[in-house]
Amino acid sequence: MKILVCITHVPDTTSKISFTDNNTKFDKTGVQYIIGPYDDYALARAVELKEVNGGSITVLNVGEAETEPTIRKALAIGADDAIRVNAFPTDAFFVAKQIAKVAQEGSYDLILMGRESIDFNGGQVHSMVGELMGLPSVSPVMVLDIEGSTARIQREIEGGKEFMELDLPFVAGCQEPIAEWKIPNMRGIMSARTKPLNVVEPTGDEAPVKVEVFEMPPAKGDVKLIDPDNLGELVNLLKNEAKVL
Amino acid sequence: MSALAFVELEEGLVKKSSLEAVSYASSVESDVTAIVFGAMNDGEADKIGAAGANKVLHVADDSLAQPNIMAYASAIAEAMDKEGSNLLVLAKSSLGDPVSARVAIKTGASLATNVVDLPDTSSGFKVKCSIYTGKAFAINTLSGDKKILGLKKNAVAVKEDGGSASVEAFAPTKNDGDFKVKVTNTEKATGEILLPEADLVVSGGRGLKGPENWGMIEELAKTIGAATGCSKPVSDMDWRPHHEHVGQTGVKVSPSLYIAVGISGAIQHLAGVNSSKYILVINKDPEAPFFKAADYGVVGDAFEVVPKLTEAIKAQQG
Repeated sequence: MKILVCITHVPDTTSKISFTDNNTKFDKTGVQYIIGPYDDYALARAVELKEVNGGSITVLNVGEAETEPTIRKALAIGADDAIRVNAFPTDAFFVAKQIAKVAQEGSYDLILMGRESIDFNGGQVHSMVGELMGLPSVSPVMVLDIEGSTARIQREIEGGKEFMELDLPFVAGCQEPIAEWKIPNMRGIMSARTKPLNVVEPTGDEAPVKVEVFEMPPAKGDVKLIDPDNLGELVNLLKNEAKVL
Repeated sequence: MSALAFVELEEGLVKKSSLEAVSYASSVESDVTAIVFGAMNDGEADKIGAAGANKVLHVADDSLAQPNIMAYASAIAEAMDKEGSNLLVLAKSSLGDPVSARVAIKTGASLATNVVDLPDTSSGFKVKCSIYTGKAFAINTLSGDKKILGLKKNAVAVKEDGGSASVEAFAPTKNDGDFKVKVTNTEKATGEILLPEADLVVSGGRGLKGPENWGMIEELAKTIGAATGCSKPVSDMDWRPHHEHVGQTGVKVSPSLYIAVGISGAIQHLAGVNSSKYILVINKDPEAPFFKAADYGVVGDAFEVVPKLTEAIKAQQG
């Protein structure tokens, strides 16, 4: 089984978010970058599937050269080789076009990624890749089991889950608890250094959505503390000040 | 110019977030058509009309009654073409998100999601979108003639002063390729208020000490008509189901009021709730970081405060 795992290179979840250049650029100062947490689940499940079914895992990232340490980490976790599409990931459509091109050329049985990136939270790329390739796409996937050429999936929906069956190949956006995150061991880290990381140039597609400027939410005022023995006042505030009850 | 709004039903009733989508569309375009799949209860088309649509395209085909991402996307793209719609508006959801992405590819439309406000059309077409899990916003310019907007909950208020909508049957072309995914079963909590749809949310954390203590959370939620949520450790320990996990890697909510009980307020949890209009924190630790993000706070033992608060609300409700 040939699996393609698409990863994002994103600020750690505890990062302080701020912008520079008149709020037109993300401020990378002091920010640590990681494999997108959802992508990490996709990669972990791919490693498990490979252990059972054999085959290979290719990891794909659309990003500039600075993302290579993140890609190497994915190789250390268990991918066999990597492709970096040498371009800044401007919007979901642009990224989906890059992934679809690589996926088409490699004829993979399974294309996995996270349910969404944790920077732009769009959650659109997997469905766009599916549509571009004429394949089904399922997200967010919590359970993914494969038997022969059929997959059994549990997808989270509002207030519950959907159980589905479909044939390979398809695209899936993953989330917990599909697999446990894998921490690279020393052997993995050593072997990752020599695994192939191929850099390819992007397609000529234009991104239809462009960021003009970033904004921070307004600062929160001070908390109003209410005495636990005077909850009537709290109810009054919720009712008459916040007008939410 | 006209807009199409994708309207989702929940047991025959129009979802409130979908009425927000209709209202949004009617604030941008005067001619708004809504598209609905499956059996719709009596009176629901009136709500869609009141929210600002003048027409409802109703797909009654049995094979499309259950959500089918690929088939819905095909039908919506066909409806946009038929109606000459240059704008599609829908609410973000487990159905809306994948459908909108596929329609974007089918129609060549530019797509923005997590939209939190009406567009600025003074020069070009700009929308404000929530990014970094609610920690920041991006003002995006969308190019091209066709646009699709996926709305975050509470992006606009639901209008109730529109007219009436005519209902027209719509039988979209069906493609075999759209039926490759077989939904074998659906498990859904019934009778509960759905967390992403809820206007009020009560969440519990590790401070509640065990799943057996959730009764008071549920009682408070029931009293005010809220959905229940929880922190990540609580869902990880299986005290509560995963679909109740609120936070960076769980459900992101934007209710009018979020009540956090016994949750310390880790940055990953705050990321899921920072779009709430008001936050009330109940925690016995006055140093809990959640108080910094809260509008109202009660420093006290949840086991005493929550039942007392429920009683105080009931007393006011009479």
